[in-house]
Amino acid sequence: MIGSVPILRIGRTLLLSIQLELSDAVAETLQNDVLLAIEKHGTSSLVIDITGFDFVDTYVARILAETSKMARLMGTETVIVGMRPEVAATLVRMGYTMEGVRFALDLDEGLGLLGHVIAR
Amino acid sequence: MVEVISRVEVPIACEDDVVVVRRRVRVLAGQRQLDSFAVAAVTTATSELVRNVFVHAGGGKAILEEVTDGTRYGLRATFIDEGPGIDDLERVLRGGYSTAHTMGLGLSGSRRLVDRFEIETEPGKGTCVKIEKWAPF
Ligand SMILES: Nc1ncnc2c1ncn2[C@@H]1O[C@H](COP(=O)(O)OP(=O)(O)O)[C@@H](O)[C@H]1O
Ligand SMILES: [Mg+2]
Repeated sequence: MIGSVPILRIGRTLLLSIQLELSDAVAETLQNDVLLAIEKHGTSSLVIDITGFDFVDTYVARILAETSKMARLMGTETVIVGMRPEVAATLVRMGYTMEGVRFALDLDEGLGLLGHVIAR
Repeated sequence: MVEVISRVEVPIACEDDVVVVRRRVRVLAGQRQLDSFAVAAVTTATSELVRNVFVHAGGGKAILEEVTDGTRYGLRATFIDEGPGIDDLERVLRGGYSTAHTMGLGLSGSRRLVDRFEIETEPGKGTCVKIEKWAPF
């Protein structure tokens, strides 16, 4: 757990599912804590599930993009999954497309992108 | 003629007020038949504008109004501060410019998310941003 955000491990992947509304301060703390968790668990990939976000402003979007870049510097690939249609539309309309960040439709696709094979 | 159905004033004094104000906007917008895209748009714009009042002006207030023009409903939000004002408004509204080394997409982006966007600012006096988002016909 990071604060009240559960962190799950699936093999060498860390799964962060954010279900609460992030204040700016909490978002920044969470960013640091994720990086520490990557180091602690020796993970090679990170999945951030944002299905729980019904809106994302430029502050939170920047934190997500930065976290992905920071994780990459540590050798960990990040995929952000579950962005809702309303959030995608809002971010693009505002002019922020989060370049350099990888996205997948849902958790299944995200894990697939990271090389996990899910038995069906 | 636009009629005001309800009006509430909310202080913006600390960082948590960003969360408080946008929550109220989200609830009001949902109640007034705005669709999920419109709710996300006006909630996001509110988040940006409240943060600006707190970060760039050190505080101020928000006025949230439910409005109707007789055929449909809308939400009007006004963000007022007595901070330093904005020197180069044109540049700020083009987007990508920030004195805080952040995204610089708050004002320009919010403008694109709402149906009406008005800004008045005077260096040394303060800033007032008014937005409206209307339910579709
Ligand atoms: N309420 C305000 N009072 C004073 N300056 C402001 C205010 N809102 C915005 N600004 C100025 O406009 C710039 C751009 O704002 P914005 O588009 O929200 O981007 P950011 O907040 O990332 O800097 C800010 O860096 C600041 O200089
Ligand atoms: Mg801003």
